[in-house]
Amino acid sequence: MAEYKVLIVEDSPTMRQLICFALKRLRDIRVIEASDGVDGLKKLASEKFDLIFTDINMPIMDGLKLVSLLRNDANYKETPIVVITTEGAQEDRERALALGANDYITKPIQPNKIMDIARTLLKIV
Amino acid sequence: MSTEEEKGVHNRAEEFLQVFKKGAEFTHELMKENERLRFRLLEMEETAHDSSGEKEFGLENKKLLKRIGELEVEKEEILGRIRQIEAENQDFAARYVEIELENNNLANLYIASYQLHSTLDFKEVLQIIIEILINLVGGEEFAIMLLDEKTNQLQAVASEGVAREEVPPVKMGVGIIGQVAKTGENYFVEDVPAYVPDLQNPMVCIPLKIKEHVIGVLVIYKLLIQKTKFAELDYELFTLLAGHAATAVFSSRLYSDSERKLSTIQGFLELLTK
Repeated sequence: MAEYKVLIVEDSPTMRQLICFALKRLRDIRVIEASDGVDGLKKLASEKFDLIFTDINMPIMDGLKLVSLLRNDANYKETPIVVITTEGAQEDRERALALGANDYITKPIQPNKIMDIARTLLKIV
Repeated sequence: MSTEEEKGVHNRAEEFLQVFKKGAEFTHELMKENERLRFRLLEMEETAHDSSGEKEFGLENKKLLKRIGELEVEKEEILGRIRQIEAENQDFAARYVEIELENNNLANLYIASYQLHSTLDFKEVLQIIIEILINLVGGEEFAIMLLDEKTNQLQAVASEGVAREEVPPVKMGVGIIGQVAKTGENYFVEDVPAYVPDLQNPMVCIPLKIKEHVIGVLVIYKLLIQKTKFAELDYELFTLLAGHAATAVFSSRLYSDSERKLSTIQGFLELLTK
């Protein structure tokens, strides 16, 4: 069975742990964490990922910038990206989708919602 | 031949003809009777044949009816079992949803607890409480207030969505916040959508307690838009925060104080040993 690699780019350790906790309930998933956009890019360059979760509001490099850079990168043009937003930040969400993000989740997030999105985007039966 | 002899022959011939005629009639009657009997025999044979077929058909019919009855009973049993299994399935599905929800709640509680005790840095602990309130509860505007035992006042030490300086200090026992700090009882407004943000009268006020000793409060003024009411998990998180956040804040403060004292002592020692 193939192993899916998922990157979580999120500055909040609580959120990272929550997403990680949910994803690890799915089979054959390896989760790598990054604390901001730059850290995320370093990890994305070192290995190929199948799915990316990224927060929008982060220090150093925000999630929108990361989505934009990845959609212009041949290696990550087609890789599914999920942005994490707050309900009030509708503009950010729309911008992220316009930049090429595949889906979004709003805070406060529930582990089952993360699992559902990961299953859909990774096509896990 | 004489006349008498001729008469005798004639009479015999007549007699013979009479006997022959009678014989012919008798034979004819016999044939008719034979035909009638054969017809009768055929009728009887047919009747006999029909009656045995009916008997056979009747027996077969009875067997089939009995089998139908048995199958009907069996079908009812199977349908009953299917209904039972369907009910069990529904029960399992409902239990699965419940367990899944419980699992999610436990995951959130575990993560909140894990994060709260992951550091002894006071500022980090405050940041973790803020993260929990944003990401797990869905708070948009809130503050963490700690009790200054010298002045007996609650002061905001961290906030989100509202400037820390804007949060007014509260005397112990005064107003909703002061009462919560005094009694150690949680406070929630009953009608969340109707609540109008007010820094003196929060939507939620949770005491930070170590056993019965209140060291501060968490006050929430506004929730994220999609959050129209509190879920069961939120109350669990508030209970967890009341205890775990309090101990995390208290121990990190103690640690910071001891660290500061330690560095002061080390400074003195270095001065003395120089």
